[in-house]
Amino acid sequence: MPHDALFASLAAAIPGVQFESAPSVDLHATAFIDRNEVPLVARALRDRPELAFDVLAEVTAADFWPREPRFELVYLLVSIGHRRRLRLKVRLYGNDAHVATVTGIWPGANWLEREVWDLFGIAFDGHPDPRRLLMPEDWEGYPLRKDYPVQIRKEAQVGEPLQVSAEEFRANVLKDRLTRQP
Amino acid sequence: MGLESEIPVLTTTVEKMVQWARRSSIWPVTFGLACCAIEMMAMSCSRYDIARFGAEVFRGSPRQSDLMIVAGRLSRKMAPALRRIYDQMPEPKWVISMGACASIGGVFDNYALVQGVDQVVPVDVFVPGCPPRPESLIYGIVQLQRKIAQQKLA
Repeated sequence: MPHDALFASLAAAIPGVQFESAPSVDLHATAFIDRNEVPLVARALRDRPELAFDVLAEVTAADFWPREPRFELVYLLVSIGHRRRLRLKVRLYGNDAHVATVTGIWPGANWLEREVWDLFGIAFDGHPDPRRLLMPEDWEGYPLRKDYPVQIRKEAQVGEPLQVSAEEFRANVLKDRLTRQP
Repeated sequence: MGLESEIPVLTTTVEKMVQWARRSSIWPVTFGLACCAIEMMAMSCSRYDIARFGAEVFRGSPRQSDLMIVAGRLSRKMAPALRRIYDQMPEPKWVISMGACASIGGVFDNYALVQGVDQVVPVDVFVPGCPPRPESLIYGIVQLQRKIAQQKLA
């Protein structure tokens, strides 16, 4: 399906939402939408039978610092039934980088959004498990931001060795034996 | 050691005996971090055959290991786990830092990697290369054997 026809069907299916088509280097249709319309658009894209984007292949972002709005959040969608792809983008300002989660619509978004939060610091409102995914949990900063210092010089953290008293050790061994019994 | 001419007995000292036993049965812990681990596996397989030097038994448990070969780049998130495995190994224990990444960070001069595992564990032998060929790692183990042979008991 040509991109114009896809955008026409998008506009017909989701009235009131501005789809700003953008050029792309590959063959996939690309559209910018407003941040507040992400949950509405996502639900319609998945549930409308003429769209049926049932797979969220990837959530990622790009940082265009120092330009503002600096972030472009990217959703890559696949419709298996229609054999079609769509790239949705959302512009976000650096001092206001948060967007509603789509975990309730595509459960696979859980770890993808965690990764974007981890590396870009874009918050996802309503995310069920907003922890870091790749970096250590006590990490400071968001490494894929353009203004992040790549070559930090600090000592490696190894933590303290676990100290177990003799009584605790015996209790652990006993517990282990009990759980192994058939 | 001396071989008595009359009776079939070897005489030696306890220290020499212990040094010989330790250096002839270096058991590494099964621990690979990156592509260097492939070369480490090649070293233990039949073509290069580290069994010739008594070090072929890669143990699955750190409790049974004498040697940790840090084979690959160590991320900061992995550093506590590596230190914990090292702490679980019984004394005496040795560490070989294998390859450029483990030794100085290699090409990964960035926030995510530990720039040299000597920040985390005490290293006995550094093996250069990216990755080192199995011969290089065997040379490193032989250097470690020479080092062990000179360690005093007391």
